[in-house]
Amino acid sequence: MHPSSFEYFAPTKMKEALELLSKYGEEAKIMAGGQSLIPLLKLRIAAYSYIIDISRVEGLNKIRETGDFLEIGALTTVNELEENELVKEKYRILHEAAVQIADPLVRNRGTVGGNISHGDPSNDLPAVAIATKAKLEIVGKKGKRLVDADSFITDSFTTSLEEGEILGKILLPIPKVSSGGCYIKQKKSAGDFSVAAVAVNLVLAEDETIKSAGIGLTSVAPKPTRANKAERYIEGKKIYDSVAREAARIIVSEAEPSTDFYGSADYKRKVLGRIAEEAINLAFERGLVR
Amino acid sequence: MRIVKIRTRVNGKDIQSEVEPRELLVHFLRENLGLTGVHIGCDTSNCGACTVLVDGKAVKSCTMLAVQVDGREVTTIEGISKNDELHPLQKAFLEKHGLQCGYCTSGMILTSYWLLKNNKNPTEEEIRKNLSGNLCRCTGYQSIIESVKYGAQLMMKEKEKEEQQIEVR
Ligand SMILES: Cc1cc2nc3c(=O)[nH]c(=O)nc-3n(C[C@H](O)[C@H](O)[C@H](O)COP(=O)(O)OP(=O)(O)OC[C@H]3O[C@@H](n4cnc5c(N)ncnc54)[C@H](O)[C@@H]3O)c2cc1C
Ligand code: FES
Ligand code: FES
Repeated sequence: MHPSSFEYFAPTKMKEALELLSKYGEEAKIMAGGQSLIPLLKLRIAAYSYIIDISRVEGLNKIRETGDFLEIGALTTVNELEENELVKEKYRILHEAAVQIADPLVRNRGTVGGNISHGDPSNDLPAVAIATKAKLEIVGKKGKRLVDADSFITDSFTTSLEEGEILGKILLPIPKVSSGGCYIKQKKSAGDFSVAAVAVNLVLAEDETIKSAGIGLTSVAPKPTRANKAERYIEGKKIYDSVAREAARIIVSEAEPSTDFYGSADYKRKVLGRIAEEAINLAFERGLVR
Repeated sequence: MRIVKIRTRVNGKDIQSEVEPRELLVHFLRENLGLTGVHIGCDTSNCGACTVLVDGKAVKSCTMLAVQVDGREVTTIEGISKNDELHPLQKAFLEKHGLQCGYCTSGMILTSYWLLKNNKNPTEEEIRKNLSGNLCRCTGYQSIIESVKYGAQLMMKEKEKEEQQIEVR
């Protein structure tokens, strides 16, 4: 299979990339790792006259803490993310999600920014960004703007990026002392997308009640989803078995899975209920230990 | 149709070539350079038969464009043996029956080669996880895992021998 013909650019500066994007408008497409885009081009589900490969743009593949945030450059590969020592040590939820994305070969090319920008409700990082209340730095000709992870993906494969804009960085709040997070993904086979997956991030108060909860869901709605009601339900409570079970029930009620290749909607609800309960308990335990 | 010039280093040899931007790396390697050890299995990014190393990292060459290796280094299965002698991993696959039809083998070896560069003595779990993007329809994987373990031992022995020779000199 071959993609249809296109003209190719590989700028090394953000400024050049933005100029090319605004010059060619709708006929142009950004490519980062190409691990979602190239398959689409090969199947001719998508075709563009101009491909702007941003993988050589400088300065967008760093991971570092600055101020209140962990800053991840959009071009950081998922492999670089999973190998990063700081992430392994302090951002377990992120590391856990990274090692479960696709397979090592895909992770060597696929980028953090591409994983989020693709808008695929089955991609794993958007739910983590939602659970951790991350912000996204978007770069355009007019400058930079910050958006909440929640409002970035607006529908299946659709984002709030405007024409000529590029996702530049992902900003994750640095975890508070008593906080715990995890990512649980149920899949049918190694290297696959999930049947359902849950990201849970909890901040505990001194008396071990939940001060703030973040819950993001993968593969169970047309877009990555925040479980708002469940978050509100557990905030202010301590996690006991009965609380985790009720929270999981609420999470399932907030999901809108559809029947597809990965299973029936009913099956996905069952899977989600089980992993959601497990994830809340696990995140709480981790919050206690820290 | 625009043609682009690329310069790349493939299996240690500098190559200058002209490609169409839409040309996939796997086709460039097989058809332009005749490196038919790179296989096309699924052609949909799922099987790993097309695995090559780009700047030392294992990737699926059916999911990369040839233009993307401009200025980069590519290694295929043809490039890992030295002086006509099989690489220890290749010897290990031969000895431990790590293949039957052989279609997946170059991918299995290159993905494991990448692992062993960074992790000389991996656990079985690490070997398995590392190969999760490489499918084999024949062996049932057990003999592949055994081959990688044995290959790691052979590589460590070879390294020791080299170091001893240096000391003797
Ligand atoms: C076999 C296989 C299995 C997979 N399994 C999983 C899985 O289990 N979980 C998972 O999460 N993903 C999975 N993926 C998808 C993979 O993680 C992709 O790498 C990811 O979806 C896209 O990242 P990329 O850098 O390759 O983006 P590309 O393919 O280059 O781009 C994808 C889209 O994002 C846009 N884009 C990319 N970067 C930016 C940016 N910085 N700013 C604005 N727009 C941008 C592009 O224009 C394009 O529309 C799988 C892929 C394959 C081939
Ligand atoms: S041919 Fe490339 S992954 Fe199957
Ligand atoms: S040996 Fe036949 S596919 Fe692996």
